[in-house]
Amino acid sequence: MTDANFTNVRCPIPSVDQSIVQLAHGGAGRIAQKLLDQVFRPILHNPALDELHDSARVTSESGKLAFSTDAFVVHPWRFPGGDIGSLAVHGTVNDLAMAGARPLALSMAFIIEEGFKIADLMTVIESMRNAADRARVAVVAADTKVVERGKGDGIFLVSSGIGEMVAERPILPTSVREGDRVIVSGCLARHGVAVMCARDGLDLDPVVESDSTLVHEPALALLKEGIEVHCFRDITRGGLATVLNEIASAGSVGIRIEEARTPVREDVASVCELLGLNPLYVACEGRFVAFVAEKHASRAIEILRDYDCSKGATDIGVVEGRAGQVVMKSLIGVDRVLDLLSGEQLPRIC
Amino acid sequence: MKYLDEYRSPELAQKYAREIRTITTQPWTIMEVCGGQTHSIVRYGLKDLLPSQVELVHGPGCPVCVTPISHIDLAVEIAKIPGCALCSFGDMLRVPGSCGDLLSSKAAGADVRPVYSPLDAVKMAQNDPSREYVFFAVGFETTAPANALAIRTAALWGLTNFSVLVAHVRVPPALEAILTSPGNRVQGFLAAGHVCAIMGTQEYVTIAETYGVPIVVTGFEPVDLLLGVLCCINQLEQGRHEVENPYSRVVRECGNSSARSLVDEVFVVGDREWRGLGIVGNSGLHLSPAYRSFDATGKFGLIAPPAASPSECQAAEVLRGRLKPDQCPAFGCRCTPEAPLGAPMVSSEGACAAYYRYRPVESP
Repeated sequence: MTDANFTNVRCPIPSVDQSIVQLAHGGAGRIAQKLLDQVFRPILHNPALDELHDSARVTSESGKLAFSTDAFVVHPWRFPGGDIGSLAVHGTVNDLAMAGARPLALSMAFIIEEGFKIADLMTVIESMRNAADRARVAVVAADTKVVERGKGDGIFLVSSGIGEMVAERPILPTSVREGDRVIVSGCLARHGVAVMCARDGLDLDPVVESDSTLVHEPALALLKEGIEVHCFRDITRGGLATVLNEIASAGSVGIRIEEARTPVREDVASVCELLGLNPLYVACEGRFVAFVAEKHASRAIEILRDYDCSKGATDIGVVEGRAGQVVMKSLIGVDRVLDLLSGEQLPRIC
Repeated sequence: MKYLDEYRSPELAQKYAREIRTITTQPWTIMEVCGGQTHSIVRYGLKDLLPSQVELVHGPGCPVCVTPISHIDLAVEIAKIPGCALCSFGDMLRVPGSCGDLLSSKAAGADVRPVYSPLDAVKMAQNDPSREYVFFAVGFETTAPANALAIRTAALWGLTNFSVLVAHVRVPPALEAILTSPGNRVQGFLAAGHVCAIMGTQEYVTIAETYGVPIVVTGFEPVDLLLGVLCCINQLEQGRHEVENPYSRVVRECGNSSARSLVDEVFVVGDREWRGLGIVGNSGLHLSPAYRSFDATGKFGLIAPPAASPSECQAAEVLRGRLKPDQCPAFGCRCTPEAPLGAPMVSSEGACAAYYRYRPVESP
């Protein structure tokens, strides 16, 4: 028997680089367990999640629930003013509030690309936790999957939320009535511009920060104060023009707004101008539009302006005109149809 | 950065509109050359402020629209070459060639990269020597300096994996082609302010004198455009035909000499095919002999295939200012931004897209 050459023997126990996410982290073994125990649970912990069961148990007082789901694939995952973790919480809580619901519980699915740094993952989860704390809601259920390098884009999140209805009347596009005032909660297009600048390394000074934030408090405050709100819609993908078209179409109403009253910050307008983008089609993540009975419009704006995230609330127009059509009075006073875009806005040549 | 609200002032716009109505005594046809101007005119509804005798016709000034189908086809072909990335400004991506556009090629697996600046493509080539990077250099004199700079930078860095597909065009020969075409109705031009910012106004003096047309250098904001129309009508009514520059906050008579010398170093003037106008003598920029090694068609042995526009597309008539987009039978029904028959319905500066996007409100 010859001497065994122990230098060539490979230990069968996989050694895992603890600084990056690996495929094994998405499996069912000890390595995956360790990620849950050392990264996810310490940050997200709450009684419902800590039961470690297949489903979380949630209690509702009124029994009338709202349920919403959303996927987040923003690139880059971190951008001026936020990251994908806070964005997912904001998006889901805001969606619930748009139906007139107070958030009760969130779930979060993580799809992580092999090689994503654990430190970055912790940043995302911490930011998620902080946003959830601000919304007074917990992430009660979570799941993690790891995909091979090159088959994801760092990190994707899918979040769902359950909310308890606060609104007594249905907050729906079909509730919108002729004569309703159209109120936006603040300046437009910041999230889209911030992400675009971060994604393409557009080195602008000063940096435009995303408007990503929670808007449930001012929205629900309107309902608590008895304001006759007929519909809410958060102004996300496609910007104000797109959501107004959605409401006009779903509610079979006409909407007429004035360009001069639509709030766009000067620096954001400049970037849009430079790139050939129309800010009315650029996404926000912390703004909403409210359709309010005319008699309550001024009071609604007063209430909204009490909150930081909606202190720029302003009346931009009225529900009137041909059903399904959005019309904008241009800066120089001429009416034009404000249509849906045919696809994504693309930066122009010159 | 300063955002120029004062050039969108409703009061100033109304003031110029009133002056135009006061001085206009007979019908006049004026062409705005640049696609950006067309979009502002349609977006702000400036036509509604002008007297009915003043007709604005839209010129061939959208770089995307005038790029011939043969060049789109070449770009698509390059994007499909294994190991090769085609870099382009965003609004070229949806323009249909004979067999689809660059975005659908990308979806099918071709390496197409939208960029904001040609220098981004040069940097990509530098960072990834294993791949060929081809930049689709389209545009008028406005974009030529940045593209020239990119090519010169690639030469300075000694890059051998960077090349360009050049489809640059020049404005003055196109104006002459329009003025000499049978049935021309254009009596005055609003020249494209940004082109003049680079080239200056000298080239237009000969055209104004030879053809007896006023040429007014004009910006892109509603107030700029109304002032341009006012100056042009003023000249027409007084029987003058001069080059006038009310856009002096941006344009100097001599243009930008450093940008021009960069263009002169990298490019030479030659004939060029335009969508809508056909081949126009001396209307294009081609790589100069010193930089010809950066020519993608030579590098990959490509020959522009002959391509015909879809028979129903009236882009040629639209780009010559003979037909308004909404007079085309296909407009808004068989030709929409989702299913375009031609480039003017796709590009962010295309006249058909502007008419479609900012259509007036129909009375109920």
